[in-house]
Amino acid sequence: MSDNIVLFAGNVSAGYGKKIIADGISFTLERGRVLTLIGPNGVGKSTVLKTITAQLRAISGDISLCGNDLYGMDEKQRAKLMSVLLTDRISTERMTCGEVAAMGRYPYTGRFGVLDEKDREIVKNAMELTNVYSLYERDFGRISDGQRQCVMLARAIAQQPDVLVLDEPTSYLDISRKISLLSVLRKLADEKNIAVIQSLHELDLAQKFSDTVLCIKDGHADKAGTPEEIFTDSYISQLYGIDCGSFNTLYGCSEPPAAAGKARVFVIGGAGTGIPVYRALQRRGIPFAAGVLHENDIDIPAARALAAEVVTERAYEPISEQSINRALEIIDGCEKVICCPESFGTGNKGNERLLNAAVGQNKIYDKKGLSQ
Amino acid sequence: MEKSKTAKYISGFLLLIVLAFVLFLLDLSMGSSSLSPADALGVLTGANNDRAAVRIVMDIRLPRALAAVLLGGALSTAGFLLQSFFRNPIAGPFVLGISSGAKLTVAAVMIAASNYGFLLGSAAMVGAAFVGAAAAMLFILLISGRVKNMAQLIITGIMVGYVCSAVTELAVNFADDSNIVNLHNWSMGSFSGIKTGDTGVMAAIVLLAFFGAFMFSKPISAYSLGEAYAENMGVNIRVFRVVIILLSSLLSACVTAFAGPVSFVGVAVPHLVKALFNTSKPLVIIPAAFLGGSCFCMCCDLAARMLFAPRELSVSTVTAFFGAPVVIWIMLKRDKK
Repeated sequence: MSDNIVLFAGNVSAGYGKKIIADGISFTLERGRVLTLIGPNGVGKSTVLKTITAQLRAISGDISLCGNDLYGMDEKQRAKLMSVLLTDRISTERMTCGEVAAMGRYPYTGRFGVLDEKDREIVKNAMELTNVYSLYERDFGRISDGQRQCVMLARAIAQQPDVLVLDEPTSYLDISRKISLLSVLRKLADEKNIAVIQSLHELDLAQKFSDTVLCIKDGHADKAGTPEEIFTDSYISQLYGIDCGSFNTLYGCSEPPAAAGKARVFVIGGAGTGIPVYRALQRRGIPFAAGVLHENDIDIPAARALAAEVVTERAYEPISEQSINRALEIIDGCEKVICCPESFGTGNKGNERLLNAAVGQNKIYDKKGLSQ
Repeated sequence: MEKSKTAKYISGFLLLIVLAFVLFLLDLSMGSSSLSPADALGVLTGANNDRAAVRIVMDIRLPRALAAVLLGGALSTAGFLLQSFFRNPIAGPFVLGISSGAKLTVAAVMIAASNYGFLLGSAAMVGAAFVGAAAAMLFILLISGRVKNMAQLIITGIMVGYVCSAVTELAVNFADDSNIVNLHNWSMGSFSGIKTGDTGVMAAIVLLAFFGAFMFSKPISAYSLGEAYAENMGVNIRVFRVVIILLSSLLSACVTAFAGPVSFVGVAVPHLVKALFNTSKPLVIIPAAFLGGSCFCMCCDLAARMLFAPRELSVSTVTAFFGAPVVIWIMLKRDKK
């Protein structure tokens, strides 16, 4: 086996006792790579991670860590190769953040766990990397959940592992900390050549920070591949069984379901001006039609997800008579028309005709009215 | 900043050692016939040869003071181990019913032995107590896997304690009259009546278990982050469990065998010591808790025999009086978080 492969799982069944929670788990993880497990709640992502960290024994299959059988290894040896960040909430008593992070040195210190200069330096660097060195003397019980997570990550880094295993590391974090934590993981992979395996719920982030994605569904490994292979709208909808609303993998954003019924409002959009209006109408449960939008317009994904009907035009072409007529037909059946663009150019000149028609029918509604 | 911490730890230990020494001398000198601390010290060093003083100090007060030192330290160490193990701040040998389990087996063995007309040696008593303590501990451990809530675990422990005490009372009813007085005194908890010969066995067991706990301070500190993290850091959880169960049962058993159930020392003292040192590092707290437990018990023993002299209180009365408020303080402090 190549030296570069630090973690290997071959057809592993993970579960408790004899009860299998997830099976068919196979992957190889190389140094400097980030592998992310995704999948709906309760499919066994955590169980798989617990099995990989030897907290649970695999029911069947092989797992090897740096070429050694995971379960046959000496605990201390394993601790030097693999560290973890778990979802367990920990409550400590009179322990400073520095002391918690320093726990990562456990496999390296002597009988009484006393740190030497080198250990302190490693702990300091780890805490600086996760941006919590300023909390060194603070009581671990009296900091925020997000800070606590970063201290625990510093602990895991101070353990100087070859493989870092993280179970939903971003769950308690605000968006800025989510991004910075995942950036730290990326940095560890790229610069220190550490292999990272994690589970994530944030699909947009999983897509951007992973080298490989392993999808788990209904108790077995469903698909594995690069983010480009995994993150297609149809596969993600199928994986998560999204039947209410939709998830746009290109933008990594989720949309609620469109309001039901025939369009009551026509929204003239384009170049991103339509999106806030679409959302405002959807929130109020008003079905609407959107148009005329070029196929490459930034308004298109939201319009497709939220509108009852979208009138489109081929990219880079002026708006055709056919599209204008279709739009006028819809406007005839609508109570109101909202015009979003401030001005018109050669590309969307057709939309100006829609605006004039609406003015003629006295159907214009100012979009400012929606924000009240 | 590491240096200032070390200085704090050293001054804390000095304080406890001086306090222990002063209390030890007071324990030797105060009583129905009062000696000066200098006279008492003289007896120990051999400078004072007054026969009455020698008899009082060597035969009565020294074993009693040594028992307070050793058993107080044992209780407090056991309390710390149990709190770390169950990750529950108000766990302790008495609260979890471990002391009562030991009391039950000791009483049963004592009664059975006296019915057949022979007296038990101290080692046999410790053995019997150990069986009871370990059985109660295992039962609590079994329950702890099912209850996630701290309060439920404590309630279970207290119930175990009540059941064991009830069975003990029942057994006492079948004992010979002459034994009842003895048994009754013992089952209230007291450091009196400890013979010089007992202190050797006591010291051997307590110091050995204490040493074992101290050598285990590194895995105990890892365990403070939870079992999963400890395991990942290289702690062998199965070995860890067995060792902690054995050590805490042995320490609680030893106390119960010699002094009966003594309440609240195990819960209160580790917290007082943690507050004094402002840390929960086992490497510091295990020896500090031992010293603190010694001081606490010597102090309570003094109060037990001096407050209403010549009438003597059971030591549990006094430890409960000072220890129980500490438990309330711990709970209030936790809720504030």
